[in-house]
Amino acid sequence: MSDNILDVIDVSKIYGPVKALQNVSLSVRPGEWLAIMGPSGSGKTTLMNIVGCLDSPSLGRVILDGLGLDQLTAGELTAIRREAIGLIFQQFHLIGYLNALENVMVAQYYHSLVDEAEALEALAKVGLADRAKHLPRQLSGGEQQRVCVARALINHPKLLLADEPTGNLDETNEGLVMDILHGLHRQGGTIIVVTHSPEVAQHAERVVVLEHGRVASDSRGADFSDPSGASQTA
Amino acid sequence: MAGKGTRARNRAFGLKMVLWSLFRRRSRLLVALTGVTIGATVLLGLITLCYDIPKQLGREFRSYGANMVLVKDQVGGRLSAGDLAAARAALPAAQLVGLTPFRYEAVRSHMLPYTAVGTGFEDVRRTSPFWRVEGLWPGAPGEALVGVDVSTATGLGPGSLLTLEGRDSRQVRYEKNFTVSGVVSTGSVEDGFIYVSLADMEAMTGESGLVDLAEVSLTTSGGQSLEEMAGAVQTAAPGVEARLVVRVTRSEETVMGKLTWLVYLVTLVVLTLTMICVSTTMMTVVIERRKEIGLKKALGAESRSVAREFLGEGLLLGVLGGLLGSAAGVGFARIVSHSVFGRGLSPEGHLVPVTVAVSAAVTVLASLWPVRRAVDVEPAAVLRGE
Ligand SMILES: Nc1ncnc2c1ncn2[C@@H]1O[C@H](COP(=O)(O)OP(=O)(O)OP(=O)(O)O)[C@@H](O)[C@H]1O
Ligand SMILES: [Mg+2]
Repeated sequence: MSDNILDVIDVSKIYGPVKALQNVSLSVRPGEWLAIMGPSGSGKTTLMNIVGCLDSPSLGRVILDGLGLDQLTAGELTAIRREAIGLIFQQFHLIGYLNALENVMVAQYYHSLVDEAEALEALAKVGLADRAKHLPRQLSGGEQQRVCVARALINHPKLLLADEPTGNLDETNEGLVMDILHGLHRQGGTIIVVTHSPEVAQHAERVVVLEHGRVASDSRGADFSDPSGASQTA
Repeated sequence: MAGKGTRARNRAFGLKMVLWSLFRRRSRLLVALTGVTIGATVLLGLITLCYDIPKQLGREFRSYGANMVLVKDQVGGRLSAGDLAAARAALPAAQLVGLTPFRYEAVRSHMLPYTAVGTGFEDVRRTSPFWRVEGLWPGAPGEALVGVDVSTATGLGPGSLLTLEGRDSRQVRYEKNFTVSGVVSTGSVEDGFIYVSLADMEAMTGESGLVDLAEVSLTTSGGQSLEEMAGAVQTAAPGVEARLVVRVTRSEETVMGKLTWLVYLVTLVVLTLTMICVSTTMMTVVIERRKEIGLKKALGAESRSVAREFLGEGLLLGVLGGLLGSAAGVGFARIVSHSVFGRGLSPEGHLVPVTVAVSAAVTVLASLWPVRRAVDVEPAAVLRGE
């Protein structure tokens, strides 16, 4: 029995003729900060969905926090998502008829109990205190993304899965979000960030590069001094 | 830590989510609400008509006259005032339209024999609404109504003087003058009779409190059947025979029976149509919001609570649509009733809560299947796309 928080073992995901993931294996230690990079269509989101219990692999196994996901019922998977995982979506997925504050509170609602003050504070941390009462359609892409970040972190998840959390942000706001991730990291949270940006990847302790659904490289610390090097050219 | 107040706040948030979802998506709400409202309108409108048509037809049938006749059970016997009172008391007041006594006497006028009939004119108008009177109905003592055949034969008309002669109960001759107030045509044997008030007849013959027969008009929509009522009369007034006027009652009851089936059938069809209309609407609503369902599940919402929220919305939509539809349905039924029967209708108040309940139940039921399907889908599948 490993003491990894996550073991992805020989996982493939096949959509008809498309092999989104092919025999991917990956282990993550508790408290680790991992960046996943790779060209568009290389299977990054697919992998995040499988690790986040939103989807199941066609082949292979995933062990999360000691639990084999293939053995769990839908209800148990839901409980893991609720209790242990924070999700930042590439497409934000805010609820259109709820304002920014309420969108954050929804995560509290399903997790435990709503706490407006805490939700407001989370919005303030991503620089959106004055946008709390705006509906998603009244927010810019970057603002929506930051609401999504606040929502993912509101329940202090053990494992944060962030799919392009800074894709729409300027430098200042990217800095804000990275500060928040550092905060979670300091508290012992495990972070997996999908990103195209070498600057964002630089914050991570380890970078995994996917290409055509396979792990092309997996490098740690010092090896990762030049993120735009070999691993970045697809 | 999780005090009572915080948990209440959670419940409030859940409820507010349902409300926000309905009222911040106004155009969507309108589409769904329209669907539910139309369903409820048709439902209430048709059910109201279904309730109303038998009543209207019952009224039409009653214009064909009495459907029960009371006579004494031995030949030549006469009904006493006590018999009539007992019979009247035995009949359900709500179903009794009228009870008219008739007393027949052989009389002469200008040497020719006639049948004079003593009756209550107010009652006749109720039990025989088909009598057509030219001139006026008798209103004062000493006024008489002559059948149209008598009028043709003798030239008597409104305003004419009429002398009736005969022998009273003690075989003493009498002679009494009447003024003809009107001429009655019924299209039947009654056209050959002369009608006076029962009081005048009794004064003339010196014999009171006895009549030959009484005609009774009863409604059969709701309450007791004619047979039951006839039985009740015969039990309450011994010696009285209650005969049903077969020709009218049979057809009335057959048609009513058929109509009742029609009512059930139409209601069933309308309910099915409402169900299809509403479930199509709810299906669209839910499919449109699969992403939201996927997201809530991704955030850790249990399928059960997501389903509860959607069904809560369905319930609210159903109640709202049911209320709006009830108002519209009553109007719809009014217009139809007016153009078909030329009469307004009395709205059945109790149908409104029924319609609201049915509409809410149908909306929730209709949402059940699409919500269940959406909730069963893996979140990744619905969150991807577009
Ligand atoms: N439901 C699906 N049906 C068919 N093909 C799919 C499905 N989901 C993903 N794919 C395919 O799998 C491959 C990987 O998709 P994925 O979304 O994981 O890529 P990605 O690395 O996240 O790309 P990007 O950087 O553009 O977000 C793509 O070729 C995509 O077309
Ligand atoms: Mg992606």
